[in-house]
Amino acid sequence: MSLTIGRRQMPAPTVYPEAKPFWDAAAEGKLLVKRCDDCGEHHHYPRDGCPFCGSLNTQWRPAKGEGNVYSFSIMRRAEVPYVVAYVTLAEGPTMMTNIVDADADTIRIGQRVVVRFQPSDGGPPLPVFVPA
Amino acid sequence: MSLKNTACIAGAYEHPIRRADDKSVAQLHAEVARGALADAGLTIKDVDGYFCAGDAPGLGAMSMVDYLGLKLRHVDSTETGGSSYVVHVAHAAAAIAAGRCNVALITLAGRPKAEGMATGTAPRNYGAAPDVPFELPYAPTTVNMYGMAAMRHMHEHGTTSEQLAWIRVAASHHAQHNPHAMVREVVTVKDVVGSPMIADPLHRLDCCVISDGGGALVVVRPEIARSLKRPVVNVIGTGEYLRNQSGGKVDLLTTGAAWTGKAAFAEAGVKPADIQYASIYDSFTITVLLTLEDLGFCAKGQGGRFVSDGNLIAGTGKLPFNTDGGGLCNNHPGNRGGMTKVIEAVRQLRGEAHPKVQVPNCRLALAHGTGGSLGTRHGSATLILERA
Repeated sequence: MSLTIGRRQMPAPTVYPEAKPFWDAAAEGKLLVKRCDDCGEHHHYPRDGCPFCGSLNTQWRPAKGEGNVYSFSIMRRAEVPYVVAYVTLAEGPTMMTNIVDADADTIRIGQRVVVRFQPSDGGPPLPVFVPA
Repeated sequence: MSLKNTACIAGAYEHPIRRADDKSVAQLHAEVARGALADAGLTIKDVDGYFCAGDAPGLGAMSMVDYLGLKLRHVDSTETGGSSYVVHVAHAAAAIAAGRCNVALITLAGRPKAEGMATGTAPRNYGAAPDVPFELPYAPTTVNMYGMAAMRHMHEHGTTSEQLAWIRVAASHHAQHNPHAMVREVVTVKDVVGSPMIADPLHRLDCCVISDGGGALVVVRPEIARSLKRPVVNVIGTGEYLRNQSGGKVDLLTTGAAWTGKAAFAEAGVKPADIQYASIYDSFTITVLLTLEDLGFCAKGQGGRFVSDGNLIAGTGKLPFNTDGGGLCNNHPGNRGGMTKVIEAVRQLRGEAHPKVQVPNCRLALAHGTGGSLGTRHGSATLILERA
């Protein structure tokens, strides 16, 4: 039996000043990740200071918007069923997201996915992923 | 400084209530406090150290100390979710060792059932936490977050739903003997995998109960414990750790137990194979499986095999676990199961567990708490306890 996952209403994320560039880019359909100039590591969710080495020399970098499903769970006990997932980006970090526009029963760990942006309720759009 | 043998658990009390429509949270805290002190043979006047976590109402420790009329020298309201009370035992031992108190009271209470809280199936909003904007819009419920850990374990290690089900089966075998347990029905692997799917791959019977109530512990200086009439239970090993998404290096298969187990076993000077009884936090079946691996009871990836075929059932299995029925069947007061884990370990060491599940001559027990969410961020704590 297939379970088609459409798009549900998403609440607006709170935009804190520290992460405003992320949401401004999302409004233009671009996914950003933070990279540390000192240790070279990318991180997510974005912070001022690098969570790996503590450096404040972090920069916003455009992400390719591609990744692989690290894990997922289908929420069947909801009015509109949805898929919560962790996607590992090509740049390295793994981010929480939803998989949308897919048949839930065909989603697999390791599957290639690409980013899309979905409107939120009165806030910036949110990065979600669809099968590549 | 090692905490080995610096303190003893002298009092333990689990509230028998499972639905508390007519009691306030503060009242429940006071009832369990009186219960644990009476169990130890002490009174509220003897308490000079108090420990509580995020479930304490109002201003937390400040509100509860006022309500209970405590006169204290030491207070600690460390909050690590459901593992808090396991952490508190270690912190109480440290405070006693440092001379900051002699009689430490630890309380937990909550009433999510009476309040109609959708504990596992609605996403929780942690307010102004910096991670919230990057998680909450995706509606990750607690069941989803543990479900993702289970899904990944199945992918990497070939673990099956049937193997996870054995954990619930073992808990149900124990719960049948506990008159206070919320669910006393003995179930089979088939029952578990046939129960409705909540969030793939976790079924309803992979999830713990939701209950009101609470529990309390009294931790005292060893000289005081020896002067009381109860069997002496020594704290000999402790460990605490906070685990999270690690800046995006997400690893859902390694819990904080990988750190707390090492620390607690090193401090106690014992090995997993020496443990006769284990209380393992069981918010979900997968929580138990991952914790057993990380504590070193079996190798990573072998958890499914380890829990199968009744290996966790008292009397027949190699590692009797959660002999009160655990969070899966007995009680998960305030959605925080660490307290009841310690309480059942104390019962086993005193020889006061139900005769049908009592481990013969139980001298060495372990209690482990996991608070928060395995999938995002959680607090882990391990205690190793020894009967003197």
